[in-house]
Formats: sequence, C-alpha cells, structure tokens
Amino acid sequence: MSDVTLNQATVAPPLPALRLWRRVRPVLLSLIVPLLLLFGWHWAVAAGMTRLIPSPADVAEYMVDFAFGGIWDDAFSATLHIHLLASASRVYGGFVLAALVAIPLGLLIGRNALVRQLLDPFLQLMRPIPVTAWLPLSMILFGLGARSAFFLVFLGAFYPILLNTIFGVKNVEPRLFEAASMLGCRGNAQFFKVVLPAALPSIFTGLRLGLGLAWFVIVVGEMTGVPQGLGAVIMDGRTLSRTELVICGMIVIGIAGFLSDRVVVMLMNRLLRWSPSHHG
Amino acid sequence: MAEIPILDIQGVGKTYILNDSRIEALRDANLTVKKGEFVCLIGASGCGKSTLLRIVAGFEAPSAGQALMWGKPIAGPAPDRGMVFQDYGLFPWLSVRENIGFGPASRGRPKAEVRETVERFISLIGLTRFADAYPHQLSGGMKQRVAIARVLANDAEVVLMDEPFGALDAMTRERLQDELLELWQRTGLTVLFVTHSIEEAIFLSDRVVVMEPGPGRIASAHQVELARPRDVASPEFNEVRRELGARLHSHHAKKAA
Repeated sequence: MSDVTLNQATVAPPLPALRLWRRVRPVLLSLIVPLLLLFGWHWAVAAGMTRLIPSPADVAEYMVDFAFGGIWDDAFSATLHIHLLASASRVYGGFVLAALVAIPLGLLIGRNALVRQLLDPFLQLMRPIPVTAWLPLSMILFGLGARSAFFLVFLGAFYPILLNTIFGVKNVEPRLFEAASMLGCRGNAQFFKVVLPAALPSIFTGLRLGLGLAWFVIVVGEMTGVPQGLGAVIMDGRTLSRTELVICGMIVIGIAGFLSDRVVVMLMNRLLRWSPSHHG
Repeated sequence: MAEIPILDIQGVGKTYILNDSRIEALRDANLTVKKGEFVCLIGASGCGKSTLLRIVAGFEAPSAGQALMWGKPIAGPAPDRGMVFQDYGLFPWLSVRENIGFGPASRGRPKAEVRETVERFISLIGLTRFADAYPHQLSGGMKQRVAIARVLANDAEVVLMDEPFGALDAMTRERLQDELLELWQRTGLTVLFVTHSIEEAIFLSDRVVVMEPGPGRIASAHQVELARPRDVASPEFNEVRRELGARLHSHHAKKAA
C-alpha cells in the first residue's frame, strides 16, 4: 500500500531576486490607488478647488502633533494614545461581550428548535433597526457616556456573529453526524466533537464582520457625549470646524480597524489550518 | 442448533413520505449474511441497495420487517457496523491520525491504547508519512483508505460500503480493491458492499445480490465460485460476467416490457 504525493504542487525554489520581487510586487500594486488618490487630493487643494479641506501635508503635520505634540500644542496635541485606548477598550469590550452572548445563543438557536421558535422571530424583527436609531434610547437607558457607546458597539457586533453562528450550526454536513454516531459518538458528545468544529469557520466569519462593524459604529457610539475616544475627536473636530482633526480621526480608525482585522485573520488561519479555504 | 448469521434481514421494507406521496424504496428484502462473507449488492439506481445498506447501518429504521445482527434487532448506528461512504465522510478538522482515533477515543478507550491502535492502522494503510495531514490535503484514494481504517480501528465486525470507490479513477480503484480484499482475507471481516459495476461485484465478492427498481427489491443472488485471486481477464471471469450481465438486463427488459 503505497502513496500518492500530496495534492500541493511542488515548485522549484526561485532565484533570490525573483523571490524578493514576488513579495514586493503585491505591496507595490496595492499602493497605486491610494497614492493616486493622495496625489489627486493634494492637487485639488493646491489648485484651490476647496478651502474647507486641508492638504495632505497639513493633515500629516497635524497627525504628528496629534500623536506626539510639539507643533501646535493645543488641546489635542499628543492625545492620540488616550483617544485610541478609549475607543479600543469600547470596541473590544463591546465586541467581546457581543461574542460571549451571540456565540452561545447562536449555537442554541441553531441546534434547539424550541429556543429557535422562542427567540428567532424576535431577533429577526429587531435586526433591521439600525444601530444609529438606538442612539437616543441608549442615551436614556445608559446615560450620556461610555456605557452608551459600549452598548451600541455591542449591538453592532451582535448580529453578524449571531447570524453566522446559526448558519454554521445549521449547515453541518449531515454525513458527519452519521459518521460520528456509527463511530460511537452520540447525543450531546456530538455537540463538541462535530457541531462546534464544523461551525467554527462560520463563527469566525461572524467575528470578523462583527469586529469590523464594532469599529464602524464606534463613531456613533462616541457621539453620546463621551470626552475621549476617536469618535469624540471627530465630533469635536466637526464642531470646531477643524477638518484636519476629523481626517486624522478617520485615518486612525481606519488603521486600527485594519490591524485588528489582521489579528483575527491570523488567529483564524491558525485555528482553521484544516480548512482548504483558510490556510495561507 | 442452527448457526446464527451475523446479519439477518427479514422482510425489510422502507417507504418514505415525500410531499404527501409515498415512495416505496424497498419491498420485502430477505438476506442472510454469514460471518466473514463478502456480499455485493448490485442494481440500477433506485433499486434500494443504498437504502438496505443504511437500514443495516442503523441510519434508517425499516418500515416493515426487521434487520438483525447476531439475532438482535438493529437499533440505530453502532461501532460494530462501520460505514464507508462514497464521499468519505471524514472530519475535515481532524488529521489522518485523529480521524482514525475518533472512534476509539469517543468510546473512552485509554489514550495509550488509542495511540497504539491508530499507529497500527496508519501503517496498515501505508499513510505513515501523512499521519498529520488534513483530509483536504489527501487524494481521493488516500481519503478512502483513511475512512476504511477509521472503521476497522473501531473494531467493526461488519463493514458497510456504499459505492466506496465510485468517485476514484480506474487505477486507484483497482488498487484499493486489491487492498480491500487483502484486508478482508487477513481480518475475517464481514463486508456488505454496494456497487453498480458488475466487474467490481464479481471481482470482490463471495455472493452477488442483484436488486431491481420500482419498487426496490432483491431479485436474485449468485454465488461466485471463482478461485481467488481472481483475474478479470480470464475466460472464467468473463463467463460469470456475461451470465450476471444477462440477469441484470433481463430484469431491466422485464421492467421495460
């Protein structure tokens, strides 16, 4: 009984220069569009097409001041880390809470008909209500401040995690239950041995979407009158007509959201090594 | 006292209700299988051969009659009857090693024993180098070897195979047929094997059970007396093939008439 080779093609090792080019090429390609946009922005401001938007160079200068201070020394100088930390703690707090509620609930709804009949219609009815619409009510319920922001992030992250978990549980290949039961794994043991691992890719998809949305709604969440946070910075910037501050806040949220997505993707690729669509 | 057969299928029928209409998949099937026997079920699609196999596996309950193992009614799937599916049914999140160890581990065998069993079966199917690979990294033939090992590692007495080599290319298929026969001869397993290939049925089995559709039922059974190892190119083999082919076609002709 001998073997066949692994289904992965083996490629001869390329030359070092070629290898370097292969790594650099995607980076260069991904930079083209942002650089063009940046140039367009710079050119538009220089040509006097707008007076309300600062040039990229101005924004860069404010960004340095926002992060390290020493240029303008105003109320926002060297405060980036404070706002970032405040926002990140709400984003992750709300996100983790959403995951802790949505994953078990999704597993239950997906597996148990009674729980599904009890909760699914209600949850589906609540789902179309946008997070922004919750803002006034959340301010009444949780007061002006961080708890409101926390709640809104929770709400924003909750549905994608819940729906993807339900989907994952409902779509376990029936064959795998048959295989498990003929091998002596029956009843509740199948939940941990079959349902959970089989649903994991979907759960991760939900977590990824949920975390993205958590960053998405943080601005809304921090409109509720919190003193710190990137959303608050953007709102302050708007009130004070300091567009460069608004843009700085946007950039930081974009980067923070991107980096936290990368962390989830790395974790996902590690845990889902077995899945053909997740390795790499 | 008469010897109790390992499998005894007595007047088994299966009717499904689908959108208010009744579909009779199997009617009055009778079959006894002795321990160590290799039996092939053959027939056109819709003849109930897979249904019969799934009833023996315990995945479906018969609507009429009963299926017995060692004289006791079959009530649900159990490790003494292992199924090998055409689409493998391996757990994609478990490595080859973990897939094979799934049964013994689920049944609470001690860790050391599970490890020992797993290693023995991995080397038996020649996949030592791929012990830590995941199913998606394996070829179809390798996956099916793992599926067979998984069932054997779990001390199955009866191996149920539902067109297990149907999705494989001809070369791999022939090799796996040889390997299966070797395993069967070495272990004294009882095999119930569903196929739609006359050649495969004659090559493998002691007895070929011909089934026919509309409703699915057992039409006839034929002892294959050819000495092993069998040569598919020999005149004797061709003789049996022609005979069995004629049987199958006469059933079809009857149905068409």
